Formats: sequence, C-alpha cells, structure tokens
Amino acid sequence: MFEFSEYYEASSLDEATEFLAKNPRAKIIAGGSDILVEIREHPMPDSALVGIGRLNELKAISIDSEGTLSIGSMTTFEQLEKNELIMKYVPMLGESGGTIGGPQLRRVATLGGNICNGAVSADTATSLFDFNTRLVLENSGGRRIVDIKDFYLGPGKTDIKQNEVLTRFLISRADYEGFFGCYIKFSRRKALDIANLGCAVICRIKEGCFSEIRISLGVAAPTPIRCTTAEKFARGLEITEENMENIGKKALEDARPRDSWRASRAFREQLIQVSTHRALREAVSKAGGMQNG
Amino acid sequence: MGDKLRRIELTVNGRKKEIEVDVRESLLDLIRNRLELTGAKRGCEVGECGACTVLVNGEAVDSCIYLAVWADGKEVVTVEGLAKDGKLTDMQQAFVDEGAVQCGFCTPGLVMSATALESRNEKLSKDDIKRELSGHLCRCTGYHQISKAVEKVIDSE
Repeated sequence: MFEFSEYYEASSLDEATEFLAKNPRAKIIAGGSDILVEIREHPMPDSALVGIGRLNELKAISIDSEGTLSIGSMTTFEQLEKNELIMKYVPMLGESGGTIGGPQLRRVATLGGNICNGAVSADTATSLFDFNTRLVLENSGGRRIVDIKDFYLGPGKTDIKQNEVLTRFLISRADYEGFFGCYIKFSRRKALDIANLGCAVICRIKEGCFSEIRISLGVAAPTPIRCTTAEKFARGLEITEENMENIGKKALEDARPRDSWRASRAFREQLIQVSTHRALREAVSKAGGMQNG
Repeated sequence: MGDKLRRIELTVNGRKKEIEVDVRESLLDLIRNRLELTGAKRGCEVGECGACTVLVNGEAVDSCIYLAVWADGKEVVTVEGLAKDGKLTDMQQAFVDEGAVQCGFCTPGLVMSATALESRNEKLSKDDIKRELSGHLCRCTGYHQISKAVEKVIDSE
C-alpha cells in the first residue's frame, strides 16, 4: 500500500483547485508514475492525492485559426506519439515522449506530469524548450501563462503554485513552422532508463545555410537549458560537417555539466558535443538538407 | 471524502466484482491480496520491470503503480483469465514451445503484453514487437526465445 492520507477524485477543474487550496499538503496525481514511485521512497502520510484523470478538458489536443497548438496536460506519451497534429507540426515532441520508460508506462504517464515533476532529465522538456512553449496554469481565481524557460526554478523545482493545475501547453506557429528536429536521448538502455544526456535540436534551412537553430540540453545544468551561444554562432553558417561539429563544441559554453555517479563531467562534455552534432546532422537530413563535405 | 475505504465495481477475467478497497492500494495489491490471483508478480513495484503487467480495458499497464480505485468500472484481465478449460492460448503455448519460460517470474507480465499486442491485429515487424515488449525485464532467457514466441504467433496472422 502507498502511504498517503486520502484520495480525492476531482470531477471538475474548480473542484481540484479548491481542494488543493484548502489542503496545503495535498498533491496532484496525474498518471501516478512519478508521485507513486516517490511515495514508495518517501512516504507522504500527511498528504492527500488529488486525481485529475476525469478532467477531459485536460486531454484535448487542438489547433486554432492562428495555428497555435494546444496540448492538454493529461495527454499520455502514447497519445502524443500517435496524435496527427503532433506528428504533423511538432513530431520531435512525440518522438521524445516515445523514449520514456516502456509501453505500459507511456500509456499512463502524462506530459504535464513529466514537466511538473521538475526533473532535469525529463525527455519532453528539451523539445518544449526548443518550441518556446507556454504553460497555462489555472487556479480558482483565474489563470496565468508562463514561458517554459521560466517554469524551471532549480533541480526538481518548478513554478507551479499549491492551488494551481497545469492545464495546457501552447506552441505558436512561428515556433514550429519550417523547422526540422531531432531528439537524442543518451542512456545505457534503449528502454526503462533515464537520460544521461538529452539533446533536442530544431533547425530551419535556407540555401544550404542554417537560418535558425535551437538547441536544448537536459542533464547538462541544474535545469534544462537553451544553448543560446551556440544558436547565435550557428545562424547563417553553411551546413557542413565541420560547422556542425563546431556548433556542438559551442553548445558546451552554455552547459554546466557536473560529476556524479551516473557520469563524469568529462564524459558529459563529450556527450554534449557529440549529441548536438549528431542531432543537427539528423535534423538536416530530415529537412532534405544540403550538406557539403 | 476523508474515508480510506471505497467501494468499486470492476470486471475481472470476465466476472463482475464489487469490492471495498483502501484508496492507498495498488491494483496489484487488489489482485494479489484481495482476489488471490497471484499470477501478476511484485517485481520492482516502481513500474520498471513489467512483472506486474495486467490488461485494463484491453491495454497492458503496470498494476504496481496503478491505483486500485482507478479500476472502478473497468475490465481487468490477468494471466489466470487466458486459458479456457485448461487449454492454453496460442500465445501461452508458443511461450512454452519456444523455451521462453525459465524461472517464470517475468512470464505472466510478458504474456499479458504479448496477448494485448496480438489482439491489435496489426502487421508488426520484429523491431515493432521488441519495442512493444520493452517494458519487461527478464533475468533468465536473454529475451531471444521470448521474441521468437511472440513473432511466431503474430506473424502467423
């Protein structure tokens, strides 16, 4: 049995936010694959769990007339991988979700949970960073919208308040149109493993040059990061193996990898350089891109 | 709302059941402790090994991190619900014939995932099959015979 105090199944968003506000120790449970595992390790006998699995409005994926994608926070990774809008406009996001755990896990685990858990290794975080995703956080009083880059406060800490529910992710057309991307998850196993390094790259190509690239790294700093130095460096560069390798090296300048039992700093630095290079190469080939040398 | 006990209704291996569960129980706790169906195993209890896999509404899930109350109104199938009148299903028989069972601890979970996969009636490559079984760990067989057993049944359709 799990050690928590009680379970409350919300039948509306208002019910969920009100319960959370009235019970300061209560926590949201989405798919449960993070929080229930956490409870095994660190029991929460004083915390109630608020189930949001019945809130259908959190499961919808849609696009509006301006091309803004809205992705419900309770979307599972299985749904994300198969959804037509995701596959058409932001396939890298679906693919990154597809690297998580195994099929059983992907059936219950959610995009919202992956982000709110705040782990720097979250496989979908780097894709969301590349797409300049905005998060819609709702409480009984109203809502606020936060850029994903401002949502991560530190290792395992996010800017969600006690009385809030993350309801949707928004991606604007300008942030996905014309981009081709690749997510590389470096881990020892091909499934049921956590990333030692996550690298998500998207690029736009014009006349054999990078007109814009975006590089996000997971497990290379206390939070997921965008490699803005490398992105600036890459703008306008001709697409060659040598340039892509150099962009990989530049990505190091934004990262702050550390020594840990999982990997040494030296190894992480190599992973950052090589993964960025490989992800770029793959993104370029998806764009049908031109490569010289 | 503050109660720890809740009444749920679910179908288990084709039979309707009404049970009182503790809200803190997992579906695995419910299946093994209350229903005494011990085919699903406690492997890691953190959703990393697949030994506890059962079908909920036809789909394979890790029952160790699935709350029992979530099964309310759903159809659950465990390995005990597969064989009919003592006759193994094609998938179960394939596991036996291909030497895919050694200690047997991972077997019920794998058979459930493989059974769900078969019922999709999709054309699948060897890589597709491997990916669909990647939520399971096996310490004994080296996986090869397991893949062969599943390919044997799914390819033959």
